[in-house]
Amino acid sequence: MTDIAPESLAEARPPQSQWRNVWDQFKTHRGAVWGMGFFIFVVLAVTLGPYLWTIDAQYIDIRARNQGPNLSHPLGTDQLGRDTLARVLQGGQVSMAVGITAMALSLILGALIGVVAGYFKRLDGVLMRLTDLFLALPLLPLLLVIIMLFRDTLRAAFGPETGIFMLIVFVIGITSWMQTARIVRGDVLALKEREFVIASRSIGTPARRMILRHILPNVLSPITVSATLGIANAIITESALSFLGLGFPSDFPTWGRLLFDSTDYLQQYPERVLWPGLAISLTVLSVNYIGDGLRDALDPRIRGR
Amino acid sequence: MNEAPSAPLVRVRGLKMHFPVHAGLLRRHVGDIKAVDDISLDVNESETLGLVGESGCGKSTAGRAVLRLYDITDGSITIDGTDISNIDQDKLRHLRPKMQMIFQDPQASLNPRMTVAGIVGEPLVEHMSLSKNERLDRIYELMDAVGLARSFANRYPHEFSGGQRQRIGIARALALHPKFIVCDEPIAALDVSIQAQVVNLLEDLQERFGLTYLFISHDLSMVRHIADRVAVMYLGKIVELAPRDELYATPLHPYTQALLSAVPEPDPVRESQRKHIILTGDVPSPANAPVGCNFCTRCPKAEDICRQIDPEFREVAPGHFTACHFVTDTTRKTAGSTAGNEANT
Repeated sequence: MTDIAPESLAEARPPQSQWRNVWDQFKTHRGAVWGMGFFIFVVLAVTLGPYLWTIDAQYIDIRARNQGPNLSHPLGTDQLGRDTLARVLQGGQVSMAVGITAMALSLILGALIGVVAGYFKRLDGVLMRLTDLFLALPLLPLLLVIIMLFRDTLRAAFGPETGIFMLIVFVIGITSWMQTARIVRGDVLALKEREFVIASRSIGTPARRMILRHILPNVLSPITVSATLGIANAIITESALSFLGLGFPSDFPTWGRLLFDSTDYLQQYPERVLWPGLAISLTVLSVNYIGDGLRDALDPRIRGR
Repeated sequence: MNEAPSAPLVRVRGLKMHFPVHAGLLRRHVGDIKAVDDISLDVNESETLGLVGESGCGKSTAGRAVLRLYDITDGSITIDGTDISNIDQDKLRHLRPKMQMIFQDPQASLNPRMTVAGIVGEPLVEHMSLSKNERLDRIYELMDAVGLARSFANRYPHEFSGGQRQRIGIARALALHPKFIVCDEPIAALDVSIQAQVVNLLEDLQERFGLTYLFISHDLSMVRHIADRVAVMYLGKIVELAPRDELYATPLHPYTQALLSAVPEPDPVRESQRKHIILTGDVPSPANAPVGCNFCTRCPKAEDICRQIDPEFREVAPGHFTACHFVTDTTRKTAGSTAGNEANT
């Protein structure tokens, strides 16, 4: 650590928001800016796209089936003559929504359980055994059972699409928080013994504010990493569920669904796998870059380098 | 601070801090690490009590236990007339402003994700309801007091040198106008040139704000400089407590004598004539302290009685306490066989 050069006796600036510094640093991470740009582009495309490209994703034009890319169907059509571009755009809505909400749910659950288990010694044993329990559960049979049990009630209550959306988000959320919880708990255990936490205790900071002020900001790095991986994971799990026929109805497009539908025609029309595949992998990649940039920007030791 | 110094600001009696050791498959309680084992001391208002001892003797634990950062095993702690030894952390929270702590490692004791303003302002947020601007003013005031430029307020701890970081820690400790500050080896992690700066700063602040320090250190010469009275710890116990000059001139306990003889003498002629007391062996584990006197395994004067009976910590001269069988009360005024181990001076 170097000594700081005496600076001109400039007026002391009032403390500025930390988020400004974070943004300044984030902007210097080129990958993160590209990732952010692409992510915004995808979000805009899937939300506003269907209004601009007005072909209905469900419209069957049997005479135009199995077309390659052309002017009226830029990405071609599938075996029933449905427009691939429209399906990718509409499928993206669901896939992105599932990815983001499921990630948020599993992240909140994982961070909460990890912090509580790490900070409060009394709850540690119980919560970590619960985590082990979830890790030991065979996920696919569990998903099948949950979906079998609750699909029809939820469909009846919220309509087929919203009901299944909630179910899938919930199922992915509660089966993917364990890694986050474990990593966070480990970090919290180490942080708890650091002197700045003891210093804060000597000031008399109560546990709640101690966690918010000292513990959480210092475990942000593993949380951001889990978050970026979580989105990818959720999109892929949703695809797997749709493939098994447990997700959304079969005519309802999602990226996973499109991908699995096209695998049957992989030999004849390989470009059909490409579009949803590209959409999934580029979105995941952009999210990973955003996470990378965010992690660097949130750490004051890396900031300004 | 001219009030009658009848009651000491901090009064510790029979403080014990044992950490349980669990072992085996069933995590059974198999013993205790006796980090602090029955210490009693007083700290008077506006004085500095030095607490010295080698690594692992329980100095830091004692300092933290006095502030109730641990739930103590036994004993009583009274700070400014309030007994804090058993009250719960919620009530203790309101007493925290009176007592603060400065830590050993200035790198570890500052949250790397908070700015200086955030760190120094934390106690203010917790205990005072100030508006944003009032708080900022107070933060600037504190930064001035410890000699940090106001423009540093938005910086992060990693941008500072060790000495500057320690100043941030001191500013945080001062924020709530404390009466009593435990300095847990505040200079051990600093360069010698910076040590002097920080110690002088601590002395200035003591004068300006009438602070009372419990100054924990292993640096005997620094303690001699700053402390009014000195307590020497060995393996969880205080072996000797005396006014500074008396302790350095006539150490009574064999451990204190050995410790002082290890301090180098700047004059090479005198240094070559000095006789060093070299202790053999290692400090026993605090989980398995020897029967009798704790120091009997390494003491050059140990006899049978030392291995059987734990010597009482008693006043052998006014204000001079020690725990050794061979120190007689013949020194100056006899205090008789004082039953209590009061440390009032």
